[in-house]
Amino acid sequence: MNPLHGYLLLAALLFSIGLAGAVTRRNAILVLVGIELMLNAANLNFIAFWRYGPNPEALTGVMFAIFSIGIAAAEASVGLALIIAIYRHYKTANVDQVNSMKG
Amino acid sequence: MDAGFVIIAALTVVSALAAMSLRNLVHCALCLTITFASLAALYLKLNAQFVGLAQVLVYIGAVAILIVFAILLTRSDDQTPRAAILSPAWWVGAGVAVAAFCVLAAAICSSAIVKTASTTAPAISVEGIGDKLMKDYVLPLEVIGLLLTAALIGAVIIAMQERKQT
Amino acid sequence: MEAVDQAFVSLKHWIVGLFPPVAQPWASILLSITPILIFFPLLFGITTILERKGLGRMQNRLGPNRVGPAGFFQFIADGLKMLTKEDIVPRAADHAVHFIAPFVLLVPVLLAFSVLPYGRNMVPIDIDSGLLFFFAVGSATELSVFMAGWSSCNKYSLLGAMRGIAQMISYELPLVLASLTVVMMVGSLRLTEIVDAQSVPYWPWLPRWHVFTPWGCAGFLLFLVAATAESNRTPFDIPEAESEIIAGYLVEYSGFKYALFFLGEYLGLFAVSSLGITLFLGGWLPPFAFLSFIPSWLWFFVKLLSMIFLFIWIRGTLPRLRTDQLMAFAWKFMLPMTLINIVAAALWHFSRGWEVPFALGLRWLSCAAILVVPYWIFGRAVATRFAKRIYRYAT
Repeated sequence: MNPLHGYLLLAALLFSIGLAGAVTRRNAILVLVGIELMLNAANLNFIAFWRYGPNPEALTGVMFAIFSIGIAAAEASVGLALIIAIYRHYKTANVDQVNSMKG
Repeated sequence: MDAGFVIIAALTVVSALAAMSLRNLVHCALCLTITFASLAALYLKLNAQFVGLAQVLVYIGAVAILIVFAILLTRSDDQTPRAAILSPAWWVGAGVAVAAFCVLAAAICSSAIVKTASTTAPAISVEGIGDKLMKDYVLPLEVIGLLLTAALIGAVIIAMQERKQT
Repeated sequence: MEAVDQAFVSLKHWIVGLFPPVAQPWASILLSITPILIFFPLLFGITTILERKGLGRMQNRLGPNRVGPAGFFQFIADGLKMLTKEDIVPRAADHAVHFIAPFVLLVPVLLAFSVLPYGRNMVPIDIDSGLLFFFAVGSATELSVFMAGWSSCNKYSLLGAMRGIAQMISYELPLVLASLTVVMMVGSLRLTEIVDAQSVPYWPWLPRWHVFTPWGCAGFLLFLVAATAESNRTPFDIPEAESEIIAGYLVEYSGFKYALFFLGEYLGLFAVSSLGITLFLGGWLPPFAFLSFIPSWLWFFVKLLSMIFLFIWIRGTLPRLRTDQLMAFAWKFMLPMTLINIVAAALWHFSRGWEVPFALGLRWLSCAAILVVPYWIFGRAVATRFAKRIYRYAT
């Protein structure tokens, strides 16, 4: 049970918590929060493998994590803009009530 | 598996659970911020200074504020909803998540690669990261610049108030 | 005068030497942090009294003059008043978030003080990405504005908080981009290296400070304006001014928590001024070589005091900007100017090897042209949005 096990298990736990939240919560913003948790768990995985892996001088894990952080920020902004636009139309941010294609 | 890791990991898990299960949306967003901060502490512990500080700058300084603004702009009148907070078939989602965790944990514990982990901390410098970004990873760098520009313009257009046709 | 210059460093080494080797790292850390925790809140107290006297003088009145000699112990009276005031929290307020908000402001700001070089060999932590650390903890303070405004359960404080956050994130970009030119020219994020790059003068009468180059001068001015906006000082203090939206997001705070917010804001001002001094004004370096008998930390303190005086002077002189003027200024003027500043810095760097006669004058002229022409164009564009006021007098 070396440290790498600990970090990977923590990342797996965060991922499943994010997954559970993203598919069970009703509010659209909390779905996005779950997605952000999953992205963070994957980042932790990358950095843990970079630190404890065979070739840390290649900086591959660090690069992946940096790009992942940038993409997550872009995706969060577009997702939240969509939620705001949907709220303006349906007057609710509840994903169960946004269920008609009309209008 | 030292004490520092156990404490920070426990904080991360508790705040992630709180972020996904609290009733009040703003409390969820603030617990998510605590999760981001403890993850940044873990990155610093893993000797990835640049990523840890970028995590604080981008996630806590931008994404958390975005989420908080979106919560404020999509509020119903009642701050703490009395209605159900979980979907009707929530047990399916929970079951899938538990199954996912079991599969991942089994894969981690039985993997041969994980057993051969090196323990010497790598020495990196910001100059090395900049060097790699400009030489080996210059194409992803340019593409992500384009992606961020597209996301910026797209988000502004999607969330803009439509002009009323008079 | 090497001994006086390194007095604090030698004192710290002597005290650390008194501890057993097992406790020495901890002792070293505590001894680096404690002077900051003592000195800067004291400077905060002195700044409040300097500000009130200075503003009073600019407004043709005396300022506080009762407590102590010429009123200079007013900050002690203010501190006692804040400590003994009743702490009122609205019943409908979110008590947990309301309580934590001042600490979410204070802790990151105090963290930001740990990477600044206060003198020769006087940096608490010298990390490889010091500037990134500073901006990361600076951006973490913005959540405290939201927490304060939302937890007060008050429509007006929520409105004030949203305006405050919008202002702070809008001016964060010009702040970071103005510092980016310095990083580009020095080639490192380490703050001690940035100071060292400004150490060898061009000529004996002209220091190599970044402020004496065209991109550095423009960058310093942009940094100053963005720093004023980030610290919510006049002319950008719509979120917290007394006559605006009933003091905005701080309206439901009284007593010690209000004092903590006040302290956090002023400490943020000191931190960002110190960063500006490190990046553009040469940090702890003396301007001329013959003045180097004055210790380095004293030079830093003198520069910090002049920046504080500059902020007080601007507060007493300029009127407040409206929120839409403020946002238009950030996005339509400061952001393009910082991007053009980067281009000017690149031109300055690549024209180092010009061999034509009057090379220095030509470089200055071309870089200044790149900066001044867009300044004029963008200034016109932003100003025409807000038409000139027409004064109609009763006749």
